[in-house]
Amino acid sequence: MSEPTAEPDPGLSAGPDQGRVVLDADDIARALTRISHEILERNKGAEDLILLGLQTRGVPLAKRIAEKISEVEGAAIATGSLDVTMYRDDLRSHPTRTPHRTALPPHGIDGKTVVLVDDVLYSGRTIRAALDALSDLGRPAAVRLAVLVDRGHRELPIRADHVGKNLPTARAERVRLRLVETDGLDEVRITDTSMGEAR
Amino acid sequence: MTRHLLSIDDVSAAEIHELFETAAEMHDVQRREVKKLPALRGRTVINLFFEDSTRTRSSFEIAGKWLSADVINLSAKGSSTSKGESLRDTVLTVTAMGIDGLVMRHSASGAAHQVAQWLDIPVINAGDGMHEHPTQALLDGYTLTRRLGTLEGKHVAIVGDLTHSRVFRSNIKSLAKLGARVTVVAPPTLMPSGVGDWSNEAGFATCYDLDAVLPEVDAVMMLRVQKERMSGGYFPTAREYTVGYGLTRPRLALLKPGTPILHPGPMNRGLEIAADAADAADSLILDQVSAGVAVRMAVLYHLLAGEEALA
Amino acid sequence: MSVVIKGASILGQKTADVYVEDGVIREIGVSTGSTSGSDHSASEVIEADGLVLLPGLVDLHTHLREPGREDAETVLTGSQAAAAGGFTSVLAMANTNPVTDTAEAAERVLDLGREAGLVDVQPVGAVTKGLAGEELAELGLMARSRARVRVFSDDGKCVGDARVMRRALEYVKAFGGIISQHSQDPSLAPHASCCHEGPISGDLGLPGWPGVAEDVIVARDVMLARHTGSRVHVAHVSTAGSVEVIRWAKSQAKKDGTWEVTAEVTPHHLLLTTDLLRGYDPTYKVNPPLRPAEDVEALRAALADGTIDAVATDHAPHARHDKEHAFVDAAFGMLGLETALSVVGTVMVESGLLDWAGVARVMSTAPAAIAGLTGHGREIAVGEPANLALVDPSAAYVVDRNDSLSLARNNPWHGRTLTGRVVGTWLRGKRTFGA
Repeated sequence: MSEPTAEPDPGLSAGPDQGRVVLDADDIARALTRISHEILERNKGAEDLILLGLQTRGVPLAKRIAEKISEVEGAAIATGSLDVTMYRDDLRSHPTRTPHRTALPPHGIDGKTVVLVDDVLYSGRTIRAALDALSDLGRPAAVRLAVLVDRGHRELPIRADHVGKNLPTARAERVRLRLVETDGLDEVRITDTSMGEAR
Repeated sequence: MTRHLLSIDDVSAAEIHELFETAAEMHDVQRREVKKLPALRGRTVINLFFEDSTRTRSSFEIAGKWLSADVINLSAKGSSTSKGESLRDTVLTVTAMGIDGLVMRHSASGAAHQVAQWLDIPVINAGDGMHEHPTQALLDGYTLTRRLGTLEGKHVAIVGDLTHSRVFRSNIKSLAKLGARVTVVAPPTLMPSGVGDWSNEAGFATCYDLDAVLPEVDAVMMLRVQKERMSGGYFPTAREYTVGYGLTRPRLALLKPGTPILHPGPMNRGLEIAADAADAADSLILDQVSAGVAVRMAVLYHLLAGEEALA
Repeated sequence: MSVVIKGASILGQKTADVYVEDGVIREIGVSTGSTSGSDHSASEVIEADGLVLLPGLVDLHTHLREPGREDAETVLTGSQAAAAGGFTSVLAMANTNPVTDTAEAAERVLDLGREAGLVDVQPVGAVTKGLAGEELAELGLMARSRARVRVFSDDGKCVGDARVMRRALEYVKAFGGIISQHSQDPSLAPHASCCHEGPISGDLGLPGWPGVAEDVIVARDVMLARHTGSRVHVAHVSTAGSVEVIRWAKSQAKKDGTWEVTAEVTPHHLLLTTDLLRGYDPTYKVNPPLRPAEDVEALRAALADGTIDAVATDHAPHARHDKEHAFVDAAFGMLGLETALSVVGTVMVESGLLDWAGVARVMSTAPAAIAGLTGHGREIAVGEPANLALVDPSAAYVVDRNDSLSLARNNPWHGRTLTGRVVGTWLRGKRTFGA
């Protein structure tokens, strides 16, 4: 999650039908398909490609993209997960969080092209943390970023290589991704926190 | 988690599982080329050891450094003999420099509890006399969990000098929280005073017969027997102790196949544990050491990284 | 100099006006409730309606720490605390630095007490030289000195060697002396044992000692007292086992008449139990240690039925830094002079185990008799020296350790509510405490 809010994401617990849906299941599927093709195009194939999903919602997204890519290329793509809790710059302003799994593919990331996959790109701090984590894990040949939604308001010079949808938002708004794997449906919804929604 | 780790009483069963999850992630760091996480960068931790221990102290030192904390080792001996400076004065002097966390080992039971009342930074008990050694129990539980899966309903034996063992006192609490059943085995002179009532309340069984217990257990933890205990008249000779209560080669055959063997170290090979047992395939003694760093990293992270650590 | 105490209940029994002049009780008249009824013009009139008048209390067991540890207490501050507790005489234990094992040392303590002038400080002499437990100290010279020592004790330590204890019991017969024994078998209960040995110490990992380490010494000593035809006094009894032995010994001694066993109990052993160990607070570290409830019950019953003759405080002041250590390393001992009467009131009188006459017996008459202090513990009657303590039996108060007159603050009663409070103390007619 790129949003600078404390985990865990309330998800279903905060009024499922408030706000407005900006991406439905079909939109998401199309966006992921397009991202998958873009990645292949940019990389000129699937060689030395690794998809690393950022915990937590980036992980199922990375899996879906990997499936699409292997459908196209006819071979499996290396995937993994990356948890950046330890590298966040806001550790001291929140209660301690248990880190999630960091699992790299068996041959590591040295010399590979790593595509980080996340759901929402916002301030860019999560991606900065991810870059720091990667540099302690090895030396990729290149690092790229694929996100489903870019909601603007960057606080650091970070940009995504592949974007599902550009979504200009107000700071008071919240962007929430739901996925079948975790929430039972696919959608991206924007809610206005000033509307007094339940946490 | 409360602000200190003085005793296993300070962590709930849920928190223990959280610590194990964090420890699993920390464990991976040991295999990386860059053994560093920035989570405790800028924090200063003091290891204040009133009692010697190279093993526990270096484990905490590595744990802190791999989390990017600044770790300083201080040895403060002779508090029981020097009547000049009180324990309180010693501890306040050391922490007056703006320290973020204190890891303390002391030869007197309860010392960590008293010190925690005088300070407002997190205190981690690295062993207080005969009372508790919570990070040891946590690493024992973590090592067993990685090997056996859940400990719910598993039967664990703890064998040795229970009276003087803080490893035993912490482990019966943590194993109970993890859902395991515990039987402790020792000669009557090394059973803690009042163990009858206490064991009923705390829910562990006691037995003098090691051979009867070994075939029934899913894991066995051997405790170190100090040779000095012999001069205290607790048992007649080392030889007699080994025959009655040592994990000898014949006793290995009594264990179910694959039963893990643990020992907090340092071992008296040949006294409480035969060389063959210590080096057996099922011995997890070295795993305990590597687990120790991971678990201590998890403890330091949970106590010092987040906002609760800021007074 | 005269004072009249009007309308107090003498020993909680009859109400009367007590007129004191020049240190002696001159008249005891039926209380009229007014200033009429006598021709006396007292310089001070105390309205004591609803209060209880007791003979001045006598403490068989106090540590005044002077000479040697004046940072913890002095004879003066200890006397002030004693007077505030209703005491008119205290026996000062010998484990000072230097030890009171010579006539000169005993006279020094006597003189310090007289200088302070608030209570009669009676020095206790050591049984053995330097409290080492090996050779008898100059018991005879101490007895003949101005301090007229009659009670001898190595308290703090036990006279563990049976032969030395036998010699001591024999030797003091020559001058009517008595040995007060701190009963703690040194091999069953070595110095590192810091609490009661039981399930709680087992759980907390503290090295403790079991009650039987006290019982075996008590049993040994009563047999030695019988054999030598002498007097033994058991200091700070803490176990039900000791009570059993003492009860038996007294019944035997009574038949015999040639030997005697007496015993004392502290206020803290009448109320505080071993579960105070949890939390490792060294305020509760004391020797003998706090024991389980069963022992406390036995001690209360024994005090009520006379098996235990007296309450003695074992007032043990300590400098703050001597308690600011880990439990095992901290000094042993608790304060007791100022709160003793209140604790006995709360525990024994409130529950009906003792009436105020009984309190007078256990806190004044009996200890005075054991110590041979003929001027104290006397009947409140005409012609007797005016050593008096005036008590408000129903005053309830919360103990604040900072209110103490003692130099020390190791007070186990801090924050507790106690019932019964000394409001005035007189030593031979001179007011030593109270407005």
